[in-house]
Amino acid sequence: MESYIDKIKEISKRLLEEGKVDMVVGYRRGSVPTMHQPFFARSKAEVDELVWDSNCGLNLANYITDSQENIGILATGCNSRNIAVHIVEGKVKREQLHIIGIPCKGMIDRHKLSAMAPAPIASIEEDEEKGKVTISGEGFSDTLNKTEVMQENCTLCLHRNPVIYDELVAQEVAEQSKDEVDPHARVKEIEAMSPEDKWAHFDDLLSDCIRCYACRNACPLCYCPLCFVDESHPQWVGKSLDPTDVRTFHFLRAYHCAGRCTDCGACVRSCPVGINVRDFTKKLEKDCMELFGWEAGLTTEQRPPLDTYKPDDPEEFIK
Amino acid sequence: MRVIRIDKSDWDAGVEKLRDTYRLIGPVKEKFYHTFAALEAGQIPDMEYVNSRISPKYAIYPQSEIILSCSLNEDDEDYKIYHEPEDKNYEQKAVLGIRPCDADSFELVRVNFDTEEYKDPYWLRAYESTTFVGLACDSPCPTCFCTSAGSGPYSDKNLDIMLVDKQDHYLAEIITEKGEKLAKAAGWQTEAEEGATDAIDKSRADAESKIKSSVGTENLAKQSLLDLYEATVIWEKPAFACINCGTCTYACPTCWCFDIQDEVHGKESFRIRNWDSCMYPIFTTHASGHNPRGTKLDRVRQRFMHKLKYYVDKYENGIQCTGCGRCVSLCPVNIDIRGICNMMNSYDPESCTCEVTAS
Repeated sequence: MESYIDKIKEISKRLLEEGKVDMVVGYRRGSVPTMHQPFFARSKAEVDELVWDSNCGLNLANYITDSQENIGILATGCNSRNIAVHIVEGKVKREQLHIIGIPCKGMIDRHKLSAMAPAPIASIEEDEEKGKVTISGEGFSDTLNKTEVMQENCTLCLHRNPVIYDELVAQEVAEQSKDEVDPHARVKEIEAMSPEDKWAHFDDLLSDCIRCYACRNACPLCYCPLCFVDESHPQWVGKSLDPTDVRTFHFLRAYHCAGRCTDCGACVRSCPVGINVRDFTKKLEKDCMELFGWEAGLTTEQRPPLDTYKPDDPEEFIK
Repeated sequence: MRVIRIDKSDWDAGVEKLRDTYRLIGPVKEKFYHTFAALEAGQIPDMEYVNSRISPKYAIYPQSEIILSCSLNEDDEDYKIYHEPEDKNYEQKAVLGIRPCDADSFELVRVNFDTEEYKDPYWLRAYESTTFVGLACDSPCPTCFCTSAGSGPYSDKNLDIMLVDKQDHYLAEIITEKGEKLAKAAGWQTEAEEGATDAIDKSRADAESKIKSSVGTENLAKQSLLDLYEATVIWEKPAFACINCGTCTYACPTCWCFDIQDEVHGKESFRIRNWDSCMYPIFTTHASGHNPRGTKLDRVRQRFMHKLKYYVDKYENGIQCTGCGRCVSLCPVNIDIRGICNMMNSYDPESCTCEVTAS
C-alpha cells in the first residue's frame, strides 16, 4: 500500500488548493516502528508529511466526530463503514466530507509482531510485491510473510474496499468471500464452550485490564459525551480493578457497539496489554447478522437494528 | 560500597532463603509480556527479561488500594467507624530485578508523597519496608532515553543492591545497609575479585553508549511557563492525535495522581484509592459541571507541562521522567514525549517556532 502515497498526496493537495476541504485527515510517520500518528494537513507542506502503509491500523472516523469543518479523509473499507455509521447517527454530514477511498490490503498486528521478535523492534520494512515484512533490531533481522503478521480482523475482512467514497487512490482489491474465510470461527469456538470454560475464558481475557479505556477511546462508536463508567451521579460502576466492574465496562461497551461495530480492530490495536476485545464485539456482530441479517456501515440510508423497532423484529433473544 | 560475586548457580538457593524473611516480588512472564508479581513458593524471577510492560510502581503504590474500611452493621461496636484493614502488610519485602530507571522513579515521586506538611502513610510505609535489588540494563530498547533524563542503565542511586550480569555470575554492588542485610539473609557473601569495580564501570560505559535517543532539558527551567502554555505549534498536532486514554499515565513510573472512592459491598464500606489520569475529562470536572480542562488540548498540555515544566520549576530536581520509554512504545497514537520535550526545550517565543526532532 506504500505505492498509494503519491496519489494520496496529489488528491490531498488538489482538494486543499481548490478549497474543497479545510483539512485532510490521515497519518504522519511515527517515531516507533508499526505506529503512525493520526494527523491533519491544512497546507501542501503538511500534506508532504502524510504516509500510508500497513501500520495505519487505527480508525480515522474517530477524528471527525462532531466536526464542523469540511474534511478530506483517508478511508479503508472498515474506516469508510464507520464514516457511514457516523453519517447515519448524525455525527458528521456526508456533504462535509470528501472521502479518499483506500483499497486496503490489511494492517500489521503490532502486538503479534513484538511478541514474535526476539528483541525490541528498531525498524520495519515492507516489500509490497512479495508480501514480506522485515523486522530488525539489536542482533536480529527476520523476514516474515505479511499474512502471518496481519491483524486478525484484517485476515477475516469481507469489505476491504471502501463502501462509500468520492474517489479511490487505486483500483479496487479483490474481496474475500465467506466461502474462503469464516469471520465467526472464533466466536463459534467460544459459543461451544461449557459455561465454566466460558467463564474461565472471559476471566482470563480481562485479567490484565488496567482500565485505561484505550479500547473505548480509539473506537469511533464511543462518542458519548459522558461514558456510563465515568458518570458519578448516579455512579453505575466502581472504579477499582474489581473484576465485576471491569467486566461491566467491557460487556456494556460491547453491547453499545452492537450492530454498529465494523470490526476495524482499533480497540485491540490500542490496548496496551493486548486484550482481544474483539472476542466480545465479534459475538454481537454475529448475532446481528443472524437475527437481523445486518452488517454495520454498509449504507447511509438505514439506522442500525438495535436503534430501531420493527413489528417483525425477532424476539428469541429476550424470551 | 562493596562488590560481591553471586554465582548464578547460587542465585536460586539465595532467593529461596530470602523467603524466610522477605516477601518477594519480581519479573515474571504472564501471557506474552513481563509483569512484576509476588513470587510464589519455588517461583524464580525471570532475570532475562528486558523490562515490564507496565512500570513496577504498583509494587509500592497499587492501582487500587483499600485504605480504610468500616462495618455498616448497626449491631457492631465499630459501626461506621473507619479503620485500616487488618490485612495491610508492611513487613519487609524485596523487589528483585527492578531496572535502574524504575527505581529512580521512586525518588521523583517521593516529593509528592513525603513532604514536611503531608506524609502519605500508605506509600511511605510500603516504600520504606522495601529493599530494591536492581538489575543493571545491558540491552536498552530503541525507545529508552534514560541517560538524558537524569537516570541511566547503571544508575544505582535509588537501589539497595545493583546486580550486573556477567553471564555465569552477577557482580553485586552492595549500596545500602538494607542491601547488606538482604545479601546476608540470602547467604551471598563472596567478595568479588579485584578489578570488579573497573569491570562494572566498563559495562556501564558500554550500556550508556547503546542509548541512542535523548531529550534536551537544559532550557526548560528558563522558558517562560506562559509562553510554553500558549505555544500552539507544540500542542496542536499531539492534541489532535491523542485519544485521551490513560495508557501513558498508567504505564508511567512517575505518574502519581489518584482518586478516592467509597464503595459499599454488603454490610461493609471501603475507602479505595485508585490511580487516576489527567487525560480523563472527569479528572478535573467540578461538581458544578464546569471543567477547567475542558478540551483535549488542555489535557495533553497538562500532562507534558506537569512533567517537563511545573515539576522542573517546583522541585528543581530535573524532569518528572526517567526515560523508561513506556509511554513512547505503548501510546496507541504515537505521541512521543521525546519530541515534545525537545520542542518545549527549543521553543522560541519570538518566532513561535521550535525544533522538531524525529523522536
